Amino acid sequence: MDFMVFQYPMISVQACLDGILLGILFALIAYGMALQWGVMNIINIAQGDLVILGGYIAYFMYLYGIHPAWGVIVSPIIMFFVGIAIYKLVINKVVDRDLFISILATFGISILFMQLMNFAFGADVVLANSDYGTTMLFNNNVVLPNSKIFSAFISILFAICLVIYMKKSKLGRAIRATAQNARAAKILGVDTEKVYAATFGINAALCGVAGALISITFTIHPYMGLPYTIRSFMIVIVAGLGNLPGVAMSGMGLGVFEEFADYILGTEFRIGSVFLLLVLILVYRRFKLSRKREYLK
Amino acid sequence: MSKMINKNLILYIGILIFGIAAPFLFPAFKVQLSILCVLIVLATTWNIQGGEMGYNSFGNILFYGLGMYLCASVQVGMFFPLAEWTESGGEKTFVHTPAQFFQGMAVGLIVAAVVPTIVAGLIGYSILGLRGHYFAICTLGLGVAAGEISGGIEIIGAGQGFTTPPFPDVGSLDSRGEFFYFLSFFVLVLTFIAVRGIYSTRFKLILNAIRDNEDKAEAMGIETMKYKIVGWMISAFFCGLAGGIMGGLVGYIDSTDVAFDGREMGVFMVLMAILGGKGTLWGPIIGATVFHIFKEGFWTFFLGWQYVALGVLIVVIVIYFPEGIMGWLREKYPERFGEVVDEKDRKAQVELK
Repeated sequence: MDFMVFQYPMISVQACLDGILLGILFALIAYGMALQWGVMNIINIAQGDLVILGGYIAYFMYLYGIHPAWGVIVSPIIMFFVGIAIYKLVINKVVDRDLFISILATFGISILFMQLMNFAFGADVVLANSDYGTTMLFNNNVVLPNSKIFSAFISILFAICLVIYMKKSKLGRAIRATAQNARAAKILGVDTEKVYAATFGINAALCGVAGALISITFTIHPYMGLPYTIRSFMIVIVAGLGNLPGVAMSGMGLGVFEEFADYILGTEFRIGSVFLLLVLILVYRRFKLSRKREYLK
Repeated sequence: MSKMINKNLILYIGILIFGIAAPFLFPAFKVQLSILCVLIVLATTWNIQGGEMGYNSFGNILFYGLGMYLCASVQVGMFFPLAEWTESGGEKTFVHTPAQFFQGMAVGLIVAAVVPTIVAGLIGYSILGLRGHYFAICTLGLGVAAGEISGGIEIIGAGQGFTTPPFPDVGSLDSRGEFFYFLSFFVLVLTFIAVRGIYSTRFKLILNAIRDNEDKAEAMGIETMKYKIVGWMISAFFCGLAGGIMGGLVGYIDSTDVAFDGREMGVFMVLMAILGGKGTLWGPIIGATVFHIFKEGFWTFFLGWQYVALGVLIVVIVIYFPEGIMGWLREKYPERFGEVVDEKDRKAQVELK
């Protein structure tokens, strides 16, 4: 336990700003998860692994001398097709089934991806250096890497684009209609199979963007996927499905929580604290909801 | 009916004799056989809440890991300072005498069984109130959190791991394998008797009622929460025991790779139960045996591609074979499962196909 973070206010400011910039990135991943959860009623455990795969695409561009920021464009395009391939191979067989089947099937995909990435890219922690420099704030007491600001900006940009797309385009309307009532949408001529594939593709593309940004700002490693899945799951259950401001706010909240946990408990407990927070949130939710069922007792 | 009992009795005695004779028949596979026993225990107890109660847990690994750490810690801590033991890593200055080893193991196993049961009882009320996928993800979180947190605690070895006491020198070289085999076989028999006993009582029917429709069961006057917690505590008891034995067998405990290994053991137990057939007595046993034989027989041919094979295996089993071996047998030979089959109806269905 280290409470230095409360004795020096500047460290708190640093942690808050870091957390908010990180949280925006989490919110982008969580938005993808909310999308597929809402539309297809599937919880994708492999979400985090899609993120990491997107990160490796950007990292490879960096290795071949292309500036990794271009990964933000390339990675979602590749990931869109990866997402559609996963949908065609596995997900379309579990869409109408029990939720646990989808959880276990995507868990299998997650293990598969983890290991394939381990073979393809090695088990080293890597990052794509963007050379963006840093910004100093408050008399040089707070240091913010420009790459983090860049990633937050790009995340917001993509989120806004997606919201407009979902509102205005024909596919967006079809997706929203399927989310509301898949059967009715089918009767009215929406090709739900296509909508599902597109939804999963868009989700994977969002993961690709987030992954590319993570490879610039933080580090990526083949086994780091599961925490991202858990974070996005947590954000979605706190905010609820289809509540974008809520997703953004709880994403930032989670980011700030993590930064403070990092300072107070130490870095070795960072991932543990995320998982523990998940358990606490679910338990809190259970007690809050159980009041509604009390008439049964 | 009496013929049925006789048949079953002969089967059980046959298996028992085979189990006792196995280490002498296959002396080279003693460790593998012990691991098989542990796997069967894990799959069978997962089946109590996963298959019978409908609460698909990824978190039974929590009790397994807890049991593993507790058994080893008690075994060391009873006679030597625990902190110094873990600090010294692999090179031991303290050596257990045989008497100390077996005493420690006995007390350790009791603690390893009792404490996870209490933990399951304490957290059960909060966790088992969650339904469906929330329960699955919450228990997944519990398992991973336990692994991450135990990896940061100094006294049990933190990141560098914890070496369990080496088996003392009691004469022959084979004694270690035999000891662990008979220990795990004993626990397996204990588990089987307990689970079989449970499945022949009203308790099993209540668990099935919870699986089929929890709200209705509650409305019928069953205190579902009480039964859910008891069901989970039974699982935790045997998972803890299995973990304690596995810790001694492996000889080395690492927080995320051995004890709270959600990526391997945590998934294995679910997979084995599903492969054999959820919600049956023999399903998890058959599933674990098939899985273990497959894993040990073919694992070496994959040369590092094991996890890829595991991922593919999970997806294939879950999508194409969710009813498991027992479910498949049941469909093929319904008469054997006590189902009355109308031959005309069956023929009509075949013609329809």
